[in-house]
Amino acid sequence: MDAALFLNWVRGTGLQIAVFVFLLGTVWRLFEIYSLGRKPDLAERRHVAGASGWHTILRRSVPIPGMMQRSGMTYIAGYTFHIGLGVVVFLFAPHIKLIQGLVGLSWPALPSQFVDLVAVVTLAAMLVVLADRIMKPVKRFLSTFEDWFTWAVTFLPVLTGYFAARHLLLPYTLMFSLHILSVELLLIVLPFTKLIHVFTVWPSRWFNGDASARKGVPI
Amino acid sequence: MSAGLSRAVNVLKEVIDAPIASYFNSCVHCGLCAEACLFYTESGDPKYTPIHKVEPLRRVYEQEYTLLGRLMKMVGLVKPLTDEELGQWQELVYDSCTMCGRCSMVCPVGNDIVYMVRKLREGMAISGHAPDGVVAATKRTVEIGSPMGVKLPAVKAQVGHIQDDTGLEVPMDQEGAEYMVLLSSMEIINFPEYLSAITRIMKQAGKTWTLCSTAFEATNSGIQIGVSDLARVIVSRIVDGAERLKVKTVISPECGRAYTALRWEGPNLIGRPYTFKVQHILEVLDEFRAQGLLKTQGFEEERLTFHDPCQIVRRGGVIEPQRNLMRMVSKNFVEMSDPSKYNWCCGGGGGVSANEDAEEIRLIAFKRKKAQLDEVKPDKMVTACANCRIVLEEGLEHYQMDLPVVGLTEMIAEHLVESEPGSQKE
Repeated sequence: MDAALFLNWVRGTGLQIAVFVFLLGTVWRLFEIYSLGRKPDLAERRHVAGASGWHTILRRSVPIPGMMQRSGMTYIAGYTFHIGLGVVVFLFAPHIKLIQGLVGLSWPALPSQFVDLVAVVTLAAMLVVLADRIMKPVKRFLSTFEDWFTWAVTFLPVLTGYFAARHLLLPYTLMFSLHILSVELLLIVLPFTKLIHVFTVWPSRWFNGDASARKGVPI
Repeated sequence: MSAGLSRAVNVLKEVIDAPIASYFNSCVHCGLCAEACLFYTESGDPKYTPIHKVEPLRRVYEQEYTLLGRLMKMVGLVKPLTDEELGQWQELVYDSCTMCGRCSMVCPVGNDIVYMVRKLREGMAISGHAPDGVVAATKRTVEIGSPMGVKLPAVKAQVGHIQDDTGLEVPMDQEGAEYMVLLSSMEIINFPEYLSAITRIMKQAGKTWTLCSTAFEATNSGIQIGVSDLARVIVSRIVDGAERLKVKTVISPECGRAYTALRWEGPNLIGRPYTFKVQHILEVLDEFRAQGLLKTQGFEEERLTFHDPCQIVRRGGVIEPQRNLMRMVSKNFVEMSDPSKYNWCCGGGGGVSANEDAEEIRLIAFKRKKAQLDEVKPDKMVTACANCRIVLEEGLEHYQMDLPVVGLTEMIAEHLVESEPGSQKE
C-alpha cells in the first residue's frame, strides 16, 4: 500500500470504523454504568449554601489545602497536559475545519505557532506524568497495563500531530496518516478504558458532592 | 466457590450502584487519595492507598456488570475473586481504614471512596472476614444491648449517682418529653461526666427530656462492621423507643459513628423517614446558646484546641456549633492545621479502636495527630466523641505527650450559671 492509499484508507474507512466504535461504545458504556441507578436517600437532608453536586463538579478542580504541597507535581503536570490537549484538539485551525466539515460548527482558532508551542508543552507534561508514574511508589504500585497503554494512545496523536505539522521525521503524507491512525486508535480505546473518565468524571463528582451536600458539607 | 465467597459476591453485586460504577470507571490511578489517608502518609506503604483498599469490589463490578469484564471472565483473561484474597484484604478494609472520608474529599475525579469501603465491608463481613473484636462488639450490642456489654442496671446505677451529686432528677421513660437522650457505652463506663452535664444543662434550659430504658445505647457497630441487618436491629431499637415515648428529638451523644448511623444511615436502614428529629448534642447545645437558654460564666484560661471527630464534621455536617461553643467558654482557642471538614482522624474510628489486629498501625497513624498538636502546642484538647477521646488518650500516652483530653459538653457544663446551691462552679 503506498502512502496515498494509506491516507485514503485512514481518512475514509478507518475513520468511519473508529467513529462508529467510539460512539456506540460510549453510549453502551454510559448506559451500562448509569442504568444501575441508586437508591433514594430517606434521611432528612440539610440545606447549606454552596453544598451541592453541581458545586462539587467545579470545586473539585481545586486541590484542598495541603494537597499542593503533598503532591504538587500531580496537579501541575496533570493540569498542564489536560489543558494542552484541549487547546491542540479544539483550537488548532485544521481541527476546527474538520469539525466544521463533520457537524457544521466552527469557532476561532489560535495561531498555529502558538498551538505548536502548546503541543510541545503538552508532550513535555505528559513525559513528566509518565516519569512521575514510574518514580512515585504509590503510582507505580497502582499502575496496570492499562495505565501505560492509555498513556501511549494519548501521547501518540499529539506527537504525530506535531511532527506532521512541522514536517519532521517522516514524509508528510505518511506522518499525517499515522496521526489520523493514532487518533482512531484513541477513539476506539476510549470507551473501554479509564479514558472514559472524560465523560464519567462529571457524574462522579456530582454523586460525591450530592451525598456530602445532603449532610450539609460543601466539598 | 465456597459458601462464604459466594455470599460475599452476591452481597457485593447487590450493593453496586451507578455511583460505584461511575467511580471505578473514573479512576485514573493518580494516587492522590493516598496523600489524604493518614495510614499511608504516616507509614509510607503504598498498599494503604484508599482506592487499592476497594480492589475486591472493583473486580466484582468489572466481572459482573461490564460486558467486557464478563467476556474476559468467560475466556479466563481475568481471575475471579477468591476467599483468600478477601482474607488478605481484611487488613486494608478494616485495620487501616477508619472510614474518615478524607480520601473522598481529595479525589480529583470525584470518587467517594469511603462510600465504597462501607459497601465492601458488607461483603467482607458476610464472608467471615471482619475482625473478631468488632464482630464481638456487634454481637453484644444486638444480644445484650451495648457493644461493651453494659446493661440497664449499670445505667440506672449511674443515674442514681448523678441524682445524688446534682440533686436533680434524671428522667427515665418519660412519655411526651421533648428530648430523648442517648448515651454511648464509653460514656456510661468511662465518662459519666457526660450524663451529669446533660442533666444540668437541660435543667438550666428548662427543657423536658428523658432516657429510654429500652434504647439508651447509641453506638452502632453494625455500621462499623458492615452488616446492615444488625445495624438495622440496633437503629430500630432507638426508633421504637423514641416513637413509644413520643419524643420530638433524639439526641445523639458525643460519639461520631452513633451520629452518622442514626442520623444519616438509620432511615435508609429501616426503609422510611423518622417521625422525630435527630440532632447531635453539639447542635442542641448551639441552639440553646443561640436562643439564650445556655448561660455560662468564666473562661478557660488554658490554650485549647478542638479535635473534630470525622463522623460528626466531615461525614456528619456538624461544623460550626462546636466552634461557637468553644468560643463561649474559651478566649484562647486555637485551630489545628486542616481544621473542621479537612480534619485528620484520630486513627481509631470505624471499628479500628475495637480491633486488636489494628493496634500497631493505629499508633503509627497517630503520628499525624501528634504532628498537628506539636504545631499548635495546646494545654488541653477538647473533642466531642468518646471513642476519639479514648483513642487520643492512648496515642498521647504512647508518645508520652502530657495533654489532657476533655469532652466539650462536659466542659460547657463546668461553666454553667446554676441557681442550685452546691452545684455552681467554684
